[in-house]
Formats: sequence, C-alpha cells, structure tokens
Amino acid sequence: MTLSECSLDMLRHLKLDSVDELFQDIPKEVRIDGLRLPDGLSELELRRELERMFSVNKTASAQPMFLGAGVYHHFIPAAVKTIVSRSEFITSYTPYQPEISQGMLQSMFEYQSFMAELTAMDVVNSSMYDASTALGEAVLMSHRISGGDTFLMSRAVSPEKKQVAKTYAKGADINIVEVGYDVNTGLVNLSDLKDKMKDSVSGFYYETPNFFGPIETQGDDIRSIVGQKTMVVGVNPLSLALLRPPGEIGADIVVGDAQVFGTPMNLGGPTIGLFGCRLEHVRKMPGRLIGMTTDIEGKRAYCMTLQTREQHIRRSKATSNICTNEALLALAAAAHLAVLGRNGLRQIAAKNVENMASLSSKINSIKGFKAPHFKGAHFNEFVATSEIGSDRIHRELLRHGVHGGLVIDQMFPELGHAMLYATTEMHTKEDHDRLIAALGVIR
Amino acid sequence: MTYHQAVYDVPTIFENCERPSPEEEFDPTVGGILPANLLRKELNIPDMPERDVVKHFVNLSQMNFGVDNGLYPLGSCTMKYNPKVCDEIASWRTVSDIHPLQDPSTIQGALRLMHELERMLCEIGGVDAVTLQPAAGAHGEYTGMQLVRAYHEANKETRKEVILPDTAHGTNPASAAMVGYDVLELPSKDGCVDVEALKSAVSKDTAAFMLTNPNTLGLFERNVREIAGIVHDAGALLYYDGANLNAIMGRTSPGKMEFDIVHFNLHKTFATPHGGGGPGAGPVGVKKRLEEFLPVPRIVESNGVYSLDYNRPKSIGKVRAFFGNYAVLVRAYAYIRMHGGRGLTSISENAVLNSNYLKERLKDSFELPYGNLRKHEFVLSGRTLKSRNLRTLDFAKRLLDYGFHAPTIYFPLIVDEAIMIEPTETESKETLDAFIDACEAILKEDPELLHSAPHNTARRRLDEAKAARDMIFSWRCYEKKRDTSRA
Repeated sequence: MTLSECSLDMLRHLKLDSVDELFQDIPKEVRIDGLRLPDGLSELELRRELERMFSVNKTASAQPMFLGAGVYHHFIPAAVKTIVSRSEFITSYTPYQPEISQGMLQSMFEYQSFMAELTAMDVVNSSMYDASTALGEAVLMSHRISGGDTFLMSRAVSPEKKQVAKTYAKGADINIVEVGYDVNTGLVNLSDLKDKMKDSVSGFYYETPNFFGPIETQGDDIRSIVGQKTMVVGVNPLSLALLRPPGEIGADIVVGDAQVFGTPMNLGGPTIGLFGCRLEHVRKMPGRLIGMTTDIEGKRAYCMTLQTREQHIRRSKATSNICTNEALLALAAAAHLAVLGRNGLRQIAAKNVENMASLSSKINSIKGFKAPHFKGAHFNEFVATSEIGSDRIHRELLRHGVHGGLVIDQMFPELGHAMLYATTEMHTKEDHDRLIAALGVIR
Repeated sequence: MTYHQAVYDVPTIFENCERPSPEEEFDPTVGGILPANLLRKELNIPDMPERDVVKHFVNLSQMNFGVDNGLYPLGSCTMKYNPKVCDEIASWRTVSDIHPLQDPSTIQGALRLMHELERMLCEIGGVDAVTLQPAAGAHGEYTGMQLVRAYHEANKETRKEVILPDTAHGTNPASAAMVGYDVLELPSKDGCVDVEALKSAVSKDTAAFMLTNPNTLGLFERNVREIAGIVHDAGALLYYDGANLNAIMGRTSPGKMEFDIVHFNLHKTFATPHGGGGPGAGPVGVKKRLEEFLPVPRIVESNGVYSLDYNRPKSIGKVRAFFGNYAVLVRAYAYIRMHGGRGLTSISENAVLNSNYLKERLKDSFELPYGNLRKHEFVLSGRTLKSRNLRTLDFAKRLLDYGFHAPTIYFPLIVDEAIMIEPTETESKETLDAFIDACEAILKEDPELLHSAPHNTARRRLDEAKAARDMIFSWRCYEKKRDTSRA
C-alpha cells in the first residue's frame, strides 16, 4: 500500500516501519493475501455501471403496477425528502448521548406520538424492522403477557408474515394455529375463533384491513372472545386516518408497517415496523422507547428510556435482541404526517378508498371476473377472482405493459383463480383504464 | 474550545394543534363506501403550512450531531464517513420505485445486484453462501442462531446451550436466547477467550460458540484456530459476530479462521449512514454444509437470468418479509465496487493505523489494560479519574463541549470505567490530534466543569431517571398526564 505523509507520520510515532507490523498479531495460518474482487471504480464509472444494471428494472412509473400485500406505492412530498436528507440526522448514531442528539430524539418522540394518535395506543416504540418482524415480536410478547404455548392467527394474513411469525414462534417453542375466515366476508370466523380459544392460548392476531382487503367489522366481538388473553391487531396505519383505531377496540398490541408514510417501496426494504401497546404492558415491550424529561436547567428534553428492557443492559434476559432499527424511516414518517397534516392525510386515505371502489367495480363488470371477491367495505386492496387462470392473466397483463395484482392461487387454493389488487392515490384514471382494457381482451 | 451547538426551544408538532386550522369539508364515508360505525371520531393531527414543518425539522436537525459534523469515535459502531454517491444511487427511482412482489423478469437488475453482492460478501467473509435477508446485525445473529438450531435438529440433536465470552456485544446473548438457547458467558483471560475455560465449558449440549474477532477490546484472538478446534470437536458450530469486520478485510477472514456462520453489518463496514439508529442490513454467510438451511427465497442465476428458488425443504423459512433492506444492500454494493479488493484492504489498514496511533497517544493519560497492539478500536479505563472524584461519564459529557461525540462508555463490562474508542479510517491525523488535545485539556480542567458538562450542547445534562418515572412516550401520554394533574 502507498502511504500518505500523514500515515507515515503516524507509523513513525508508533515506531513501526510498515503497516504489516500492525497485523502481526494475526497468526500466519489464518492470514489471507488480499481480496479477489474487481478493481475499484471512480464515482463516474460507478454511476455509469449501475445505471446500466438498473435500466432493466421496470419501475412503478414505467408501468401501471397493482401490487400491495404489505408494501405500497404512495406519493412522497418533496419537503419530506428534504427533511430526511439532512446530514445531521442521516449520519448520527443511536442517541446514546442525548444532550447532543435532541433533534433525532424529539423527532422519534413525534413519530411515537403520531403513531399513538393514529392507533389510539398509549405507547409506540421507535421502530421494528418491518411489519413481519413486528408480528414475530408480538407473538413473543403475547407469550410474556399471557403465557400459553399456542398463538392463534387469522388465515387472512400474508404468507410472508405467517412464515416470519412461525420462525419467531419456533424460538420460544410456541405453536401457531390458524383461525379461518368467513367465506363470504373474508372476516374472522368467530365460531372458529371461539372453538380454538383454549386455556393454552396466549393470544390472537387479526388484521384490519386484512390480507384480502376487507375492513374487520367484528372488533368488539373478537375482543370479548379473546377475553383476558392478548389481542394483537395488524393495521395499515394510513387507513386509520379514517377508521376506528384499534386502541378503541381494546387491542393489547398493534403492529403494522409505517412505510406508507414517507418511505418508498425499495423492493420491500427498508420499511418500518410499527409496534404499539397498552401502557400496562410497556415493560414487556421490545424495542427502543423515547421519553420526555427535562435537563438540569429544567428545559424540556428527550432521551431513550426503560432501557433495562434492552439487550445492551439486560443481555440474555432482554425483551428482544433488537438494536439497529429503522429510526431514519420513523423520522420520514413523522415528517410525512406533519407535511400532510390532518386534512391532507384524510384526503389521501379517502382517495385510496375511492380508487379501490372504482377499480373493483370496473373489474367486476368484465365478463368472467368477480371483484371484490369478498362482501363489505375495503380500504385500498381487494381480491378479484376469475374463470381464467391467474398465471395466464398475469403474463398477458405484462405483455400489455401492465403489472397486475398478486397471484394468490397457490397461497389460498380455496379461492380458485384469485389475484390481490392494490390501488393508491398514485394511480390515475388512465392507469385503471389500461388495466381494464388489458383484462378485457384476455380470453 | 470553539464548539457550540444550536439551541432552540422547538415545541412538539402537536402543540400546533392548539391553534385550530380551518375545518375543510370532508366526507369520511367517502360517498357512502365506508359505513359510519367503522369510522373514527377524531384525529388530533395539526395542519401546518409546509414552511413551518420544514423550519421545525431543520431546527431540530441543528440540534443533532452526526459524522458529517465531526469525529464520532463510538467504539464498536464504526462511525465512518460514507461517500454521498452511495446515498444518491440508493435514491434512484430504479432502486426505490420497485415492488418486492414484481415478476422477476421486471426486476432483473435488482436481482443481479443482490446475487453479485452475495458473491462479493462470500469473498470478503471467506464463506460459501450468503443470505441478504436479515435487516440488522442483531437480526443476522438471530438468523445465525436459527441456522445453528436447524443444523443440530437435522442431525437429530437437541443442544441447549450457546457459549460466548463476557466481552460479547449484548445482542449476542439476546439473540441466542430468542432462539431458545440457554446462554453461558465465559469469563475472559487477559482480555481474550480463556481457552482452558472453554475446553471445560463445551459439552454435547453446546450448540455454538459466538465470538467477534478482533474482540470488543480491539484485541485479535490469536488462539482462534485452537478455539475453532475445541468448538468443532464438541460438535458445535462457531459463530462470527461481524461488527468488527472493518479491522481485518483482506488480511484474514472469518472463513479462514474456520468460523461456520458469519454476519456482516453492512451499515458499519460498507457505507450506509446510521440514520439515528437504522436502517442497517445484516447479511449472513455460511460454509457449504449449512447452505441448505438458509432462508428462502434464494436468488439463483442461470445463463444470465435471475430467478427465485423457494424449493429448499431444509430452509429455516423466512426471518423477514421479502429480500431484506434492499436500499442498504445497494449502498454496500456501490461501496464495494468503488473501492475494489485493494481499496477494502487499505480501509482496514488505515482503520487499524488510526486506532493504534490514537491509543498510543492517549494510553498514558488513562490506563490501557490488556496488551498493546490493537485493531480498529481500543478500550481505555477511566478509573484514574476517580481520584479526582470524576467518572468516565463526566469525561464523555465534557468531550461533547469540544465538538466531539463521546466514545462508547461502560462497555465492555470487564473494563472498569471503560472508554471504547474507534476512530475509523476516514478521520485525518489532524482530527485525531485535535481529539487528543481535547482529551488532554479536559484532564487538566476544574472537575466541576466536567461534573456539570455538557455546557455547549442543545440541552444540559438530562434527568434520565425522570423519563423512566414519568413514562411520557407520546403527546397522547403527555396530555393524559396533564389532564389528570389538572383534575
């Protein structure tokens, strides 16, 4: 290696002749001689190469795209990007020194506050990795609250989340048992829930809107069936601009993904796991919490708190191993909600509902299609069933320059040929029309 | 002393609710689509002009210190400067505006990037296969422990215990416990693994031994091959915590040291700024015999076409939805390509040089327990401060007044009044010298100045106990508490 004058200076100070001497503590038998990787690139070369590599990716603006299932395409105002691009935020670490990190701490407190308001929960932590791991942690926390060796989960949950929850449950030797849905409404099958709600059950998880799109209407009944056990509710937090929040229904834990507020799809990551609970459960909660306090001069200030739950203090007895989380995305969510305000937020939510209703009814009017497949109110997603095989529809749509909904035939064979469509404020009437036109010509 | 952080009294966003905005006409049923009984009654979110929102957050940002502001020598966190081009590339629409469930034919560029990143991490880590799914270092450890469990279960063994040294990061024991393992912490000897103690600790119940090398004291565990032999002879697996990888790239590799499972903290070593706590990414690499247990889907390539393989019957399943923190993976890929093999090697060399220079210049002002040569970080003991009725905490707080972020303090636990310093390769000698000057100046100051530090930051020393007592986690909590106290 060629050394700079400064490096040589430092070596001289260390009374060493070469950098190699700094590595003499690595025994010969484990040494390697460099890395077999391509030579470095200049910034310009790097940009050129990556532009070329990515040019084959079809973005949501290059083709109308109707995927959701946990990750959604929403508008992000320029002001949000400006705020999230501040170097002071981006390049800071976990605020272990609160006096010099008040900006991030207050922003996290505001994120917690926005989410607490939307969900009507007392406490929301400053983020889990994503909705699926938030659910996994909720399974473990339910076990800490209510004991038991079984966790009940609605069948109307995304297979991705179910798989992650199963992985997490395995660590604590918890079985996950599915609760069916009503074939007409897609909502929780209450009698199945009653049957399975045994003593050995720690809790129950359902979503609203659920994987198929319908908004759960039986929250109060579910709460009374779940009784003293832990009720975990999954939400799309954007829908809570309009809908009755889970806190009012008596949820013990609320999970979801706050990616819908200010974070692009990013091929599914990073997104940001929303995790809230009732105050009485806070010491059993995973993740970072920011609390309000004062400094020695009595000025309002913020710091990380209840850290005795966390791994850096509690080690193997911690409520979770989580350390790095999605803090910057929490900032994005807070900035996004602040920029939209109550009026802007409600209007976007309403636009989603409107687009869902209009698109599903247009699909329903095509011969051989039924949409939405399930009766009742939906938010921005719905299932369309068809006589034609979904794989065929999917391929034909791609051929017409449209990326259709998610093919769910194999995940939920009981639905027959079924696709899950999401539509948001990003879709124009022309986008819908292109989808409808393409669907209309498939035979 | 020239540093003064901006000081503002920024009310929370929610205090703006107290100035009601004009009620816009709005139909919450959206033309009757949503039934009234499903709707919420109120929504306490302020409507602020964009101008005021931007002012709010920009003023907050000025009360926050990042690497771009100055030296951030937080040990074990690798707070290096990250080239801006990586962030910019990650913000391209061709990165951000793609959906994880898109048909693979429409995201070939993304799949190719991930496939190539896996291969590059295999080379850096000396392993045979990598999964990019874990979202953070601790999540990588968690994934690693799931792999350990799957491996032993496939061999029809139920091993109950994971062993790790008492210098391990807190995430290690927490991750092992989350996968259902009992954790045995092994006391260190001279700052390193006590090989004899390890020999007597391993048994047919040992599932894995977790180690970071160099360890959290910055010492290279020279007995690593012997350790590997002991662990493997007991039928257990050896796990590498990659938090300290910045010290060894191109000089040795976890694979070469005979580790079976490795996680990489892409956000530490490979250019994702830490974002106030995240996002990061924690890919996991394994030796061949563990590949079949990796999470699904696997990205496979055939004749230049990339596809997803879910057909892995022995897989542990999924640890996170979709592919992982893709935008972080993009930054890491860009960073590795920018530097190349030689560049990465020199990064480690400079990180170790900076660390040893700083250590050499500071060790006489404090105490340096356990040997001399360090890798990317070192741990001083601040116990000499006690003679002046001071603690490491006071010293750390006073450093903030000089415009330096404090080192990691009180970790690892085996060093009294620990001060853990990691300068990284991106800091210049001038910056290191300025830091040394500040440390020396502080030690000569009136202890009272340290006790009452910091003085030049946005807030003075915080009452952290009050935060735990009051439990105000949100504006909602604050209002409830205020209303109760008024009543």
